[in-house]
Amino acid sequence: MLDLDQYASLGAALRDALDRWPNETCLIESDRNKEKTRLTYSDFKELALPLARSLEDADLKPDDRVAIIMTNQSKWLISAYAILHGGGVLVPLDYKLTAAEHLQLLAHCKARVLIVEYHLWRAITQSPEFKNHKLQTVLVTEAPPSGDLAGAFRWENFRRKGDPTFVPRQREDVACIVYSSGTAGRPKGCVLTHENYLEQCKSLTAWYPFWPGVRYLSILPTNHAIDFMVGFIGPFVCGACVVHLRTLRPEFVRDAFVRYKITYVSLVPMVLKNLERGLKAKFDALPAPKRFLLNRLISVNKAFTRLHPNLRLSRTLLPQVHRAFGGQLLTIIVGGAFMEPSTLQFFYDLGIPVANGYGLTEACTALTVNDLKPFRPDTVGKPLPGVQLRVLNPDADGIGEVAVQSKTVMAQYLDDPELTAETIVDGWLLTGDLGRFDGNGHLQLFGRKKNMIITEGGKNIYPEDIEAIFDSLPVKEFSVFAANYVWPAKNLGGEKLILVLRLEQGQEFTETLKEEINARNRRLPDFKRVSGYLIWDRDFPRTASMKIKRTVLAEEIGKRTDRAAVVEL
Amino acid sequence: MHTLDHTLDEILALAATHFKVPREKLTPDDDFFKTLGIDSLQALDLLTRLETHFHVELPDYELQGVTDFRTLASRIQARL
Repeated sequence: MLDLDQYASLGAALRDALDRWPNETCLIESDRNKEKTRLTYSDFKELALPLARSLEDADLKPDDRVAIIMTNQSKWLISAYAILHGGGVLVPLDYKLTAAEHLQLLAHCKARVLIVEYHLWRAITQSPEFKNHKLQTVLVTEAPPSGDLAGAFRWENFRRKGDPTFVPRQREDVACIVYSSGTAGRPKGCVLTHENYLEQCKSLTAWYPFWPGVRYLSILPTNHAIDFMVGFIGPFVCGACVVHLRTLRPEFVRDAFVRYKITYVSLVPMVLKNLERGLKAKFDALPAPKRFLLNRLISVNKAFTRLHPNLRLSRTLLPQVHRAFGGQLLTIIVGGAFMEPSTLQFFYDLGIPVANGYGLTEACTALTVNDLKPFRPDTVGKPLPGVQLRVLNPDADGIGEVAVQSKTVMAQYLDDPELTAETIVDGWLLTGDLGRFDGNGHLQLFGRKKNMIITEGGKNIYPEDIEAIFDSLPVKEFSVFAANYVWPAKNLGGEKLILVLRLEQGQEFTETLKEEINARNRRLPDFKRVSGYLIWDRDFPRTASMKIKRTVLAEEIGKRTDRAAVVEL
Repeated sequence: MHTLDHTLDEILALAATHFKVPREKLTPDDDFFKTLGIDSLQALDLLTRLETHFHVELPDYELQGVTDFRTLASRIQARL
């Protein structure tokens, strides 16, 4: 691994990595059963430098913001390196957002250049807001020969000969702007520096190292803080290989483990649960004697791995299970959202180490990870090296808001000093998550102090971001809340959004109104929908500027009702 | 020649079988995430089954934002 203390920027570290392991494979890209791309570090450099040169010729200047909207693929990483090489600031956007949301965030971060997949670019150009965009250069990947590029360039042709200028950056310079939420409300663009990333990479790889030959399966979107770190920066500065899949179909994901003998993978709870369901269905289909034998072998494995994983033993005891994961899997890293302990335990009992972690984009990626000494399904692990955590104002049970101080904490929210000042207080980042430490230094999480939910897919959803969909609903007033914010619960499972309705005087809640709510709800992506509604019989408290006082309203509702009052939609 | 109605009918039948729910419980405008109680990965799984059945190939992004059987049928119909 490179000694990251010697580097001032991601670009400098990546540049050395490309020269250090020229013949090692750094990227494999597979679409279904077909391998599309396999690149060595040397190949990667040959593809990235002409792009960097072309960007330079297009007048990309240091600190210019360049957005990427792409699914996981080799061109994502090649583009990212070209941007960092030229001193640009990378803005990875979630490809699952709508075109209008993409345009809103592009405007918010004042992106000068956009690198985007063709189908996403088509959607963006068809959006009514497209005419207002301020992008100067757009590069489109994989456009068909007859495709209308609406003034954009083809990524594949956007290359010039000649060495591009490497633009040095300092540790405190901005490397990336990553949006943690706020597509319709208040955009939260986390401004992350080169130091944030270099320190995060150092601390994560101290516990979960990469080396040449390691293969990391990149399933989480690369725009997600976790995958950007462990599916790009981490493996690259260690000479390891990243495997991209162009599809997330469960059967091809399962196949990739075997075909590419994957060493590490990071998953959000939804994917891990999907794998669990698939395995359980296979186990259930076994004839009774085989099932009995399997259960006995699992029991033996449990007994011998109680204190720490023993992969050699587990692979011997349960060879078929381990072969289904390629036989080389060292650890599944789980994060991004709350994971039920039973699912983690299920995998660990099979001898597959699962390291549950916790972090947030505002702190670059991970704050805590389970070190598996011993495995603990009920915690999110211990603070990583260099991360200081403390619990603020603990209650009688020792539970309070988790705060963090670390070199990985972002510089600020982009163009929002007020929100930054509320979030980083006296050098401590307030996470808004409620937790406590147990006697062994493990962090346990119990809920949130903030009005938000995190889906099983690892997406942060803020109620104010989805309220616009209910605009002009025929009621007196409405507001969306996280149910756990209204009725605080000391757990993180089953997080839901609810719609609070204040009807007009004499108005009845009719089937027509319910249909209207359902119709609006369905315009939202499935993970952003409200799951129920509550009729509230008082006017909403408002500020002088007529904004809803959400905290006061939530407290009132919480005091006068309970969850049972929510009607499922 | 498949009509959209045929395609829709076959999708509903396949979804019912795949997720073990009575066929009569499914209607074309149902939000399949809600009616079938599935997540987006299970929806992708269904899409793979449908591709095999209809001999078409759809990229994952074709399903993005699609939540009802009728729209799903039209996406598949467009490739038949």
